[in-house]
Amino acid sequence: MNLPLPLIALIGFGVINFFLLSASVLVYAERKVSAYIHNRPGPNRVGPFGLLQPFADVVKLVFKEDIRPTVANSFVHSFAPWLMVVVAMATTALLPLARGVVIADVGVGALALLALTSIAVYGVTLAGWSSNSKYSLLGGLRSSAQMISYELSMGLAVVSVVLMTGSLRLTDIVEAQNAVWYVFSNPVGCILFIVTAFAETNRAPFDLPEAEQELVGGYHTEYSGMKFGMFFLAEYVNLFIASFVIVTLFFGGYLLPFEHLYVDFFVDRGLDWLLVILQLLSLGLKAAFFAFVFIWVRWTLPRFKYSQLMQIGWKYLLPIAIGWVVIVAVVMAIFA
Amino acid sequence: MSTNVSQYAGEDYFRFWPRHNAALFRRLETKHSWLEPAGGDGVATDVLENEMVLNIGPQHPATHGVLRCAVKLDGEIIEKCVLDIGYLHRGIEKLAESKSYQEFMPYTDRMDYLAPYSTNVAWCLAVEKLAGIEVPDRAQWVRMMMVELARISAHLLWMGVGLMDAGAVSVFLWAFQSREDIYKIFDHVAGARFTVSHSRIGGLASDVSPEALALIADFADRFPAVIDGWEKLLNRNRIWIDRNAGIGVMSADDVMGLGMTGPNLRGSGVEYDIRRFEPYLKYDEVDFVIPIRTEGDCLARYFVRLREMKESVKIIRQCLEKLPAGPIRSDNAKHAYASKDEVYYSMEGMIHDFMYTSEGVTPPRGAEVYHAIEAPKGELGFFLQSDGTGNPWRCHMNSPSYSNLQGLETMLEGAAMGDMVVLIGTVDPVMGEADK
Repeated sequence: MNLPLPLIALIGFGVINFFLLSASVLVYAERKVSAYIHNRPGPNRVGPFGLLQPFADVVKLVFKEDIRPTVANSFVHSFAPWLMVVVAMATTALLPLARGVVIADVGVGALALLALTSIAVYGVTLAGWSSNSKYSLLGGLRSSAQMISYELSMGLAVVSVVLMTGSLRLTDIVEAQNAVWYVFSNPVGCILFIVTAFAETNRAPFDLPEAEQELVGGYHTEYSGMKFGMFFLAEYVNLFIASFVIVTLFFGGYLLPFEHLYVDFFVDRGLDWLLVILQLLSLGLKAAFFAFVFIWVRWTLPRFKYSQLMQIGWKYLLPIAIGWVVIVAVVMAIFA
Repeated sequence: MSTNVSQYAGEDYFRFWPRHNAALFRRLETKHSWLEPAGGDGVATDVLENEMVLNIGPQHPATHGVLRCAVKLDGEIIEKCVLDIGYLHRGIEKLAESKSYQEFMPYTDRMDYLAPYSTNVAWCLAVEKLAGIEVPDRAQWVRMMMVELARISAHLLWMGVGLMDAGAVSVFLWAFQSREDIYKIFDHVAGARFTVSHSRIGGLASDVSPEALALIADFADRFPAVIDGWEKLLNRNRIWIDRNAGIGVMSADDVMGLGMTGPNLRGSGVEYDIRRFEPYLKYDEVDFVIPIRTEGDCLARYFVRLREMKESVKIIRQCLEKLPAGPIRSDNAKHAYASKDEVYYSMEGMIHDFMYTSEGVTPPRGAEVYHAIEAPKGELGFFLQSDGTGNPWRCHMNSPSYSNLQGLETMLEGAAMGDMVVLIGTVDPVMGEADK
């Protein structure tokens, strides 16, 4: 907490706008990447290279009629998309963006992160329930079951990181990776976390709650206009945040590669501002890579079946996660 | 349960088609199921706690058109299922009775619209058998080649859509790249990409150009590598295999009893392919294997169809080799259209053309025939009865999609909601054909 409050507010403003904008960039990226995977050109009409396509989509969504089923619970039906976006945006406050640049450097950062991601499930479940449609209900049920099952493994993967760091503070976790990124010292935890992150963000192959082909959109079947747009926004913001969290926990966060070797170079010459910019860039690039991985996987793999999903979650991931936490704890107890 | 039955009894419960819908859902309620009902250990449970009646379709992305299933779910498991078809019914069989034999040809394109050439040829063969028309060899070989191309095109769509339903949207678009090659060939051969209508009673509309033959040869050379690519992508894909293995298992007795045909039959170990057991065209002169799997699950049907595409390429290659020169239509003006040269430059030719268009083929009175071919989806047969005029007295179509849909209810019961899309895909119905 070495930054003055107005500056933090400014950073917060910037971060929220960055993530809102990143959602539209991600939509564009998703469409372009999928297009290249399919050997087709993708959006190329609105603006140069179709860059303005997501904005055209937003304008369309804003002007669309907001349809609410007559049998829906009106308050919850409007509340669910709002909850999704707010929770997704709140998570951004916890992410360390560069050394000393973080909106809320909470002592229990890792826990707060898990807590906020698990609130997101309420958005999906409430949306599925309040629409009063059977397809939405099935989507909401699948979502709650899926998120609860995978949250355990995710939490344990985070625990392995926390054990190695000895702190729940996210900035400490990043700084602890100064010499070696956790992906090298904690590979199992990293893989577990990435897999569960896919499940937590409802992305393919774990996109059962919205399974377009069986549930016709699942929990957001009955949403239209900007309410649907908010689910869409939350999905992409969540995807990007998941990438940031993966980077923060396992890929050195904002740290530049081998930063400890040449960090003095910047500090000695008073180029701290350059270091901050480089760190922001480094974090952004790493996160963009994982966002690409998310998109890449989505357009490559078929979707899991519900029973397969549960089997993987409970029979494979959870035992591995528990075993790994025990191993990490024992190793840390002996060597630390 | 009685309370639920009465729920649908009131005719104002349903806004549209109340009598039909009430009957459908009543049938769902009263249908006997082999599955254990929810809370099946004898403990009386509130059905509302875990049971749900869900209406899937006719406007549902996974139902391949306008198939409708009313299902009773226990959690995610489908307990009972009732199919409702007929949303694409156009009365095609009746239409045939008011058209001359040649006039009905474009309608056959719209039945199995994924393999129009097969239906064209099935119709032509039935009419030719009815009227005793001899077809020149070249026409038969070309037909065979095109029918095999249509088979590949239909199986490609089955694979693309099947994987898209399972969540891998990319495969759908990749499958369409190969289909595009086939469309180009059809474009060259018939002048139409989709609804080809190229076959004629007594032969073909036009001869195949050397460019078209080169395109076909090129396709036959390139396509096996494409299939190998699919196999590399899918045969070791854990998710795809797990979603298909052990799903929708049908024993040989089941499929025979339900009258399923085509790959659904061969996937359950019944070695039946009309191309081999009742050869039409020139299938007795080419060498091909009938792929058989004995497991009877979705995975077996997937392997059968993939292998069938390879065999089709083999048949196409042999057709290209053995394609004889010669006329492409019967020379008898009572049996087939006179050639345009004749029509434009001779009085007789023009009269023949006029007569053939207005009256066409007139099979002898009382003649009746059933002729079936092995379409991509299975046995596709036409039953025709003649009254001596240019229109059939009675036309009935034995469509493979309809036969195959008979097994869908059995497959769906006991499957999970997520399996539903895979199962509909594996049956591969085309509603244009099932509803006729």
